[in-house]
This record gives sequence, structure tokens and C-alpha cells, in this order.
Amino acid sequence: MGTQSNTIIKASLLAFTLTLFAACSSTEDAEPPAEVVDNTPAPADTSGADDDPGPTVEELERERQLAQRVFYFDFDVAEFKAEDRETLTTHAQNLAANANLRIRLEGHADERGTREYNLALGERRANGILNYLIVNGASRGQIEVVSYGEERPEQAGQTEAAYAENRRVEIVDQ
Amino acid sequence: MNPKLLLLAVLLLAVHAPAAAELSIQITQGVDDPIPIAVVPFATDGAVFGAEDVAEIVSSDLEQVGEFLALGRENLLSMPSEESEVFFRDWQLLAQDYLLVGKVSGVQGSQVVRVQYEFFDVNRELRLVGEVLAGNVSQMRDIGHEIANVVYEQVTGTRGAFTSQILYVVAEPAADGTRFRLEKADYDGQRPQVLLRSREPIMSPNWSPDGSEVAYVSFETDRPRIYIQDIASGQRRQITNYPGINSSPVFSPDGDRLAMVLSRDGSPDIYVQDLRSNELMRVTDHPAIDTEPSWTPDGRSIVFMSDRTGQPQIYQIELGASSFDVERLTYDCFQCAKARFLPDGVNLIHVRRETRQSPSYQIAIINIETLRVITLTDTSLDESPSLAPNGSMIMYATKYQGRGVLDAVSIDGLVKFRLPSAEGDVREPAWSPFLD
Repeated sequence: MGTQSNTIIKASLLAFTLTLFAACSSTEDAEPPAEVVDNTPAPADTSGADDDPGPTVEELERERQLAQRVFYFDFDVAEFKAEDRETLTTHAQNLAANANLRIRLEGHADERGTREYNLALGERRANGILNYLIVNGASRGQIEVVSYGEERPEQAGQTEAAYAENRRVEIVDQ
Repeated sequence: MNPKLLLLAVLLLAVHAPAAAELSIQITQGVDDPIPIAVVPFATDGAVFGAEDVAEIVSSDLEQVGEFLALGRENLLSMPSEESEVFFRDWQLLAQDYLLVGKVSGVQGSQVVRVQYEFFDVNRELRLVGEVLAGNVSQMRDIGHEIANVVYEQVTGTRGAFTSQILYVVAEPAADGTRFRLEKADYDGQRPQVLLRSREPIMSPNWSPDGSEVAYVSFETDRPRIYIQDIASGQRRQITNYPGINSSPVFSPDGDRLAMVLSRDGSPDIYVQDLRSNELMRVTDHPAIDTEPSWTPDGRSIVFMSDRTGQPQIYQIELGASSFDVERLTYDCFQCAKARFLPDGVNLIHVRRETRQSPSYQIAIINIETLRVITLTDTSLDESPSLAPNGSMIMYATKYQGRGVLDAVSIDGLVKFRLPSAEGDVREPAWSPFLD
């Protein structure tokens, strides 16, 4: 599940990068990889830039934000990171604009501390995001919260790096 | 033969003796002065085939709990199988305090075996027990554990727990995702049986007090829900289906009620469900996390963990009391969690993280009257303590070489052993009540 969403993120990020490079290709970019240009439909080099503007910077940014499905947390902290605020706002607006959209917020913890406490911590983290999405326009009925506690780690091992990967909330489409 | 020479020879041989202990279990720490006991291989008549070595099962049991040291077989001077063949002087020379002898006989063409055993106090030159047990040849481990129970009780005065069993969860990585199993085994990890397989997590197995059922949490519907399964038949029923967390099921001492954690009203709180009427009673009501309920021995109160003051601490509440009427039991730890009382109602087993700076989770006992704390373990990710039915040992989950394993420690902290584990992470041991 986690691996799958990571793949999705990576794929979306790549797609976004490709489009971004395409959009910027008229400017002096340092090192646009050759294959990027090859794979891209002809950029706005043709005459009528006003007829076919392509995605705006705002639209691309929105796309990138909606592609972010995993949000990481500090140890023993239930609040999402400040840097994820804008991205979550975009998710909330997207839910508000698409009433049929249904998502699950899956909360996870690292393995330190007891299992039942971690199950509760995973829920607390997911609820923090749930409340933020609702405040920003999503409706309660669109979102289900499920905590997996420490039962579904993204990374095995007893390292700080693994623990940091495991303290997370994932947005999963229903 | 000169007795002094003989004794010297025995001491030299004894250097090699510990190898026998490594057959099935790993004793990681024992008492300084274990009780010497000679367990003579049981004589067999030719009719018994495929039977396990009963004497080996008994001596493994006794050594595993650390209080006994079995005499190495290479040091035996004679191989008596009944009282008439026992010469106490031989065993006194070998400095043995106790002696167990016996014989196994079968009936031609049948799976039935008879195991006769006799147990002696060597110094008093006295037979303490003589008994015949009968069973199927496949029950030799049960018979061995039963004999170990008798020996243990004769010597220590405490009922043996060698015929008890354990439940635990195994998570095994596979190419297409982790597989989870709920398993049951003898207390020593032998004869494992799978009770439930799932591609979704399984948590928190808990025995009914009569040992016939297990309550657990399964995510098989993609949500944590509580089930009760009959162990013998495999039949099961779903107990809860509330929104949010449904977890931590624990049978009451009388088996009629199930304490649990539900977050249906916003945050995890403790509830008790009557298993006959299905009536649900809310026990705690607090916006913080309340979880990990356990029953006081009298069944009137619930001990639980709450982070209402910021970090996990242990609290107690009487059933039927106002949710404000909560008594805090621990103050001296950064985090204290997963608590349950010993049968004395005063000593509390728990998982303890001493300070924020030392991120180790260990198994400890706190006396809630004197506030004296004994930390029993010295590894760093210890959790899920579960008490043997005779109160002598605690089994718990820890990490060893990056994998989840089950360890056990005596309640005085002196004896430790580790269960052998196959593939995967083993966790959440639940030690059965007495099953006979």
C-alpha cells in the first residue's frame, strides 16, 4: 500500500518535472536532460501562445500538491508539519470541489512505545489532518480515518531514518 | 573405587555438561545456585516406537525456568528405572538433591503408552511420588510436561506451568506483502498451531479465563475490529463494529465481560461489554488517549494507560465510578504503559521508559504501596508482558538482531530464557491460564 503510493508520487513528480522543464525550455536552463525534451510534446514555440497557454504555474503546483499522498511526523508528535499546510489546503479544496471523492487517512507510528498506544497515536495524527481538511472545505462524509499503529511499517529496522519514514499519514483514494 | 577420585572425575566431566541445555531453548541467564537433579533416561520396552524422550522433556522444562540444573547424561553412574534399582549413595556421591526415574511401555499393535515414574529426595533417601500416566504415543510431550509440573511443585511448593500454552502473533514478509498469523504453542514454543491467517494485521490476543477462547483484533475488513474465536473448533464471532479504533480486548476474571478500547466518541476510551447481554458500558471519558485496559484481580476496577498529562502513565478506575474518579498510579517514569496487577493486587507489571533521554522500553514491576520499582529486563524495545499462570515468570516481546522474538524472565529478574523462533517477527505473547 505504502510502496504503491510512493510509486504514484514518484511517477507524478516525474511527470510534473517533465512538464515543468518543457514549460521552461525557452529560458536558459542549466542542464535539461536530453530525454526530457525528446519525450515532450512540442513546447510553446509555435506562434499562438495566447490560443494554447498550457498549464499555468499555479495549476502545476496544484498538481504536485495533490500528488503528495504521504505526510511525515516528528517523534511523539501528532501535529502535521507546517511545511505541509499548503499542500493539505489544496487537498481540502480538491475534496470540496469534487463531492464524489472519497479518501481514507491511514495513520501510522514507529515501533517505539507500546502497540496499543501507537495505534491511538496513528489515529491522533490522522485526525489532525482530518480536522484540517474539514476546516478547509472537505466534508466529514468524504473521509474515513483508519489507524494501523506500528503494524504496517514502511521501513524495517531500528534506525532513526526508518522510524522517520514510519511516522506518517497516507491519503488513499477510496 | 576411591570416592575422591570419582568425584574429581565427575567434576571434570561436568565441564561439558551445559551443552545439553542448548537443544531446544536458550537459557540466557540462570540462578547462581540451581538445585541439582538427576533425570535418568526412561527405560523403554521394545513395543514403543516413535515416542519422544520423556526424560529430556522433563529436564529441559526444569532447566528452562532456571532453578534446576540437570545432571548430564554422560555423568550417570547407573540407569535405574524403578525404586528397587535405586542406590541413594550413588546419587549422593554425584551431589544430586533429587532423582527422577521411570519407564515407558507400550501395548503391541496399539498407540497407547504407559509412563511410570518415581521421584526421590536423595538426601532423605525417600520416594516422594510414584505414578503411572497413560496416553497416546503422540502425547509424550504432554506427559513429560505433566511430570515436570509434579517435580516442580514437590520441590518449590509452587504449581508448575509446564502444561500451559502461549498465543502470539507472527508477521512474515512475503514477496507481495506481509503475512500475519495468530499462533498457539506449548509454553516453550514447541508444537505451534496456526489459529488465524491474514494479509492484514492481527493484534492483542487475550485468553478467556477458562482457556477455551481467544479475543483479538483483526484488520481483515481494513479496519481494526474485535473477534472472539473458540480455540478448539476455530469458530469465531465479530464482537465490535464501531467507527474508529476497536482494540485491546481483555476478558474479565469471571469471563463474562470484555474490556476494550473504542474511539467512536472522538478519542480512545475504555469500555466494558457484557458478553451475554452485549450491553456496552463506557468506563473513561477523556479527550486524551486512554488505552491498554486490564482488570484488577477482584474484577471491580480497570487499570489503564492514559496520556492525559502529556505522556503515558498508569491509572485505575472503579467500574461504575464517575469518569473524574480516576486514581493515578505511576509518577516516577517518563512513560509507563501496558500495566496489569500480579494476583496480590499490589505489584504492577508494566512497560517503562525511565527518562526522555534514555529511549529504552523495559519490563518492570512497581509496588504501588511502597513505590519500589524492580526493572526486570535490560534490552531496549521490550513490550507486551504476559504473566505465567503460576506467577513465576513473565513472557514479553523484544527485538534480537533486528527481529521480533519472545523472551521470558522470572518475576525476581534472575532467570531469563528466549524462545526459538522460525522466520518472521514474533510478538505479543499471551500466556494461558492453567488449562487442566
